[in-house]
Parts: sequence; C-alpha cells; structure tokens
Amino acid sequence: MARISLQDLRHSYLPSPRTEADWALKHMSVDWSDGGAYALLGPSGCGKTTLLNIISGLLTPTEGRVLFGDEDVTDMPPDRRNIAQVFQFPVVYDTMTVYDNLIFPLRNRGVSGADADRKVREIAAMLELDDMLPKRAAGLTADGKQKISLGRGLVRSDVNVIMFDEPLTVIDPHLKWVLRSKLKELHQRVGSTMIYVTHDQTEALTFADQVVVMHEGTVVQIGTPVDLFERPRHTFVGHFIGSPGMNVLPCTVDGGQAVFAGQAVQTADAPTDTNGAKTLEIGVRPEFVSFASDGIPVQVTKVSDAGRYRIVDVQHDAATLKLLVPEGEDIPSGSAHIRLDPAHTRVYADGWMLNGGAAA
Amino acid sequence: MNGKTSNPKAWLFVLPVVALVAFNALIPLMTVVNYSVQETFGDNVFFWEGVKWFEQVLHSDRFHASLGRQMTFTAIILAIEVPLGIAIALAMPRRGVWVSVCLVLMALPLLIPWNVVGAMWNIFALPDIGLLGRMINGLGIDYNFTQQPIAAWFTTILMDVWHWTSLVVLLCYAGLRSIPDAYYQAAKIDGASGWAVFRHIQLPKMKRVLTIAILLRFMDSFMIYTEPFVLTGGGPGNTTTFLSIDLVKIALGQFDLGPAAAMSLIYFLIVLLLCWVFYTLMMRGEQQ
Repeated sequence: MARISLQDLRHSYLPSPRTEADWALKHMSVDWSDGGAYALLGPSGCGKTTLLNIISGLLTPTEGRVLFGDEDVTDMPPDRRNIAQVFQFPVVYDTMTVYDNLIFPLRNRGVSGADADRKVREIAAMLELDDMLPKRAAGLTADGKQKISLGRGLVRSDVNVIMFDEPLTVIDPHLKWVLRSKLKELHQRVGSTMIYVTHDQTEALTFADQVVVMHEGTVVQIGTPVDLFERPRHTFVGHFIGSPGMNVLPCTVDGGQAVFAGQAVQTADAPTDTNGAKTLEIGVRPEFVSFASDGIPVQVTKVSDAGRYRIVDVQHDAATLKLLVPEGEDIPSGSAHIRLDPAHTRVYADGWMLNGGAAA
Repeated sequence: MNGKTSNPKAWLFVLPVVALVAFNALIPLMTVVNYSVQETFGDNVFFWEGVKWFEQVLHSDRFHASLGRQMTFTAIILAIEVPLGIAIALAMPRRGVWVSVCLVLMALPLLIPWNVVGAMWNIFALPDIGLLGRMINGLGIDYNFTQQPIAAWFTTILMDVWHWTSLVVLLCYAGLRSIPDAYYQAAKIDGASGWAVFRHIQLPKMKRVLTIAILLRFMDSFMIYTEPFVLTGGGPGNTTTFLSIDLVKIALGQFDLGPAAAMSLIYFLIVLLLCWVFYTLMMRGEQQ
C-alpha cells in the first residue's frame, strides 16, 4: 500500500491537442494519502473516469507522472500496478462459480492451495456471499455480481487502491443504501485506499472522508463534506453540492466591499483584490439566507414544501435567490426583506472564491 | 394461459403466414410424402406400395455410401471452418478504418452465386490451365481433381472453406464486438492470460452466435449441391457424390420418384435430428 501522487497530469484523447478544450483532463497535481476513502464527484463527462483509468493504468496520460509511493508506475500495465477496479456494470466470469470467480485473480498470480482458499472464504464471508460460493456466477442478481467484482479486488493482499466507477448504477434503489454502508464498513476493515467515482452527491458525501470535485477536466476542490458545504471554493461546487444549490448573485466590488442591489453586503472575507476579474459574484447557500425586517428588498415568487423545511424563491430585479425556511415559521407574501449570513457569504471572481480560493 | 387473454381474432393475423407456409412448404412436402408410398409409371397412374421405398433406401449400399461421404464432408468442414472462423474474428481489428475493409473482404465470398463459386474453382483448379492446379503441379505434386478422389475432396473442401468461413467470422465478430470493454479491463486487472480471456470471456460471450454459426454451417454443408456439382459433378466415379447430388441423380436422372421421395424424407429427418442434437448440446447449461 502506498500514497498515490499524480504529478502535472494532463490527458487528451486527441493525437495532437491544440486548444484548451481538447484536453479531457486539464493540468492537475493531486495526492491521495494511503488508506483514505475518496470520492471523485462531478457531472457526466467531467473527466472522472479518465482520471480513474489513468490511476488504474488502463490509460496512459498524455503528460505527467503517476507515482505509487516512490515508484513511477506511469508506463506500467494495470496488472502490475496492484490495483483493483469495480466497474459501472458488474463484470463476472459467467462460466465460473462464485468461488472460482473470487479465486481467479489469485490463481493468475500463482497463489493457490490453503492460503488462497482461506482468503476467498474470508472475503466471501465479509461480502455475505458464503452461501453462494458453489453457484454459477451468471445466476446472481446485479448486486450479487457487483459484490463478486469487488471481492475479486479484495482477495488480493497486495492491492494499493480499490477504485469504483459508479458501481451502484445498475443496483436497485433499496439495495444501493445497503451496499453503500457495506462499502464504508469494508473500508474500515481492510484499510486500503478507495476511490469512488460518482455523479451522485449523496453517494460521495456518505462514502468519502475526502471528496474531489471535478468540473470540465479540472479538480475544483478537494475537501471534507463539511468543507464543500461551508466553504465551496468554486461556484460550481456550490451549485453541484447541496440541495438546492448555492445562490450565485452578480455583484460589484466597491471600496473593499461587495455591493448587491445597491447595498453593501457583509462577507466572510473582505474582497480586497479582485485581480481584474471579468465576473464578480456573491455566493451564499439557501441555508444561510433568512427573512429580516430590513436588508435587501425582494418579492416572494414561489414556495415549495420539502418536508422539514420549505424552499422559498425570491426575486430582486433579474436575480433570483432560494432560501430555506424551517417548518412552522411564517413566510411573508409579496414584498419582504432578506439578510445574508456574513460568515457564510463569499465573493467569487470568475467562479473562484476570492482570498484563499484562487487555485485548487 | 395463466393471466393471458385469449383473442380468437389473432388467428386472422396469422392466417396469411399459414397460407404462405402451406403453399411453399407443407403442400410440396405432402406431395413428396405421396410419392414416397406409391409407384408410378407416368400418366398420373399410382399404385400403393406402403413402406417399400423406405426399406429399399435404408438397406441400399448406395445410400449408405453417400450418407457416409456426406457426414465425413460436413465433419471436416466444420472442424476447419469453426476454429478458423473464430481465429480470424479474434485477429480482426476492433476499431479503426480497417474494420470496414476487413468486413467487406469477409463478406465478398458470401455474395458470389453458388454456381459461380463452383465454376471459379473448377477453372482455378484445372491442372493444365488453372492457377491453383498449375501451381500444385509445379511444386512437383501430381494433382488432378478430375481424376484423383483425394484431389477432388481436397479441392471441394478448400472451396467450401473459402466460400463459407466468412459466415462464421462475421457472426463471431459480431459476438466479440458485443463484449463491453469493462470485461477486458477487469481481466487485465485480474492478471488473466490471453488464453483465460478467450476461455472465460470471449468464448462464453460468443456461445450464442457460435451456436447459430455451427447450425447454419451444418445444415448448409449437409445439403450442399451446387458447388460440388459444378466443380466435380460428383466424381471422379462417385467419390464426391453427396446426398443431394445422389438424390437428384435418382429423382431426375433415373426418374425413380418413389425411392427419391423416400430418400428425401429420410434425408430431411436426419438433418432435423442432427440439428436438434447440436442445439441441445450447445444450449445445455444455458438454463441453469
């Protein structure tokens, strides 16, 4: 097991990339510490699978190095990197039994006999596959097959990292939750690094200690779920994580203060240097907006009930905001005023958080 | 009929097909059945003979000999075309411009009319003017397919392999293409050898198309007529007289309609039986 470092990585599927848009992965350097539970989160087509395949060795990056510990594995094929991968659709060897499926990677590496048998039975017990061992793998349900895919990675004792490429796509909703908590439990038991690719924020936030958010081939933020929620470094993170996503309002900066709707807005950090940014925005989550007796004048346009709280849409000129109002509290109709919590209101220049949010 | 509604009107929709099948299959088949139990001397005068023709055919050395030749021929071409077809399908590129080139090249032999194939190979293999025939003789091997039984068999088999291996290739290739990349990637990560990938991924995924390929090749080769008829005419002697050729000789050459009809029915039942055996064997385990 080892730390995984991606150094100055770039990848393009085109033979000779010219413009910035030709790069599926834009320049990045990321370190994954040993034994961490990571989620790689982003919308479809943001480059997460590309990044995953570069780590596993199924793809060789156009530029940059991949290091496992101190060893440069950039040019190594997947079977020599000691990684395991679980794919979107379960991969099982149809003609084999569950037992033979699980022991297959060990046999291929010359491990056999009592050791291999013990290991297979141990992993099968962990995955609750013990009863299935003599059955043909083809006959199992999708979640059973996905457990086999995972099991083939877990039986190997030499695995540096286990990667999951949206592994719950074909699993029934009620089993997703079960399997997800199983994964979390497994991570604690086996202690190997796990990287979990998903476009589902719930999956990412429940599984991972560290979430890596990707957007258009760039890593926009790496942080704990709390970080991503409270301190999104990019408006994309604010949008993508949280339900509903962060409010992003156009603003100006005047005299070291953000100005919205003709009023100075208190923010967590004073926007001192805007670096000549093209767009300036205020970002604030709906959780940190509340109705007040004075403040920014708005019109209430829509109220939707979301159970424990209500989501209220308000409008000021062309800008709309959402705010959350807990059950039982009054919602003004027509004209009202809102207040943004200064500790959770931030200024974004060209999408990036000002003061400490310049680069990922 | 549990939980299903039955609608008698549905029969109306099936009727045209039933009529069509009746005209092109059932009625001709019944005429054959009719011939097989009667003797005729022309002028539409028939005499009842019962199972006499069937007994005669089943005890005929001539039938045994052509059935034996037929079985041998089919066994040989299946043993060559199936492994060769799989090997070529595996060797074909999976993506890129060469895919279409390969596919077109593979499809070409299948597009040539059967009698043309026979005529082509006849000329190609002629020992004095044919390219192949001259070449083999030039190598110092005495080769004349119009006179030597072994040369005739060799040429017929080569022609069939050339003509029909593509069918196996195309079907297998389609089966191979339907395997998602994740299977190959998982196998790579599991450290599987090339043989293991073939044995545990490619072969199982090709099983269905391979079943179809083997059944088609079996049926077609078992009923082969045109190409060997044009190439060798069943000779030298009777050495390449397969069942169909023999049948035509009896029915149209000798005009023995009764024995020919009986032989047709026996022939048909053999094909049906062997197809069932193949299918059952290859689909065994599918239901488990």
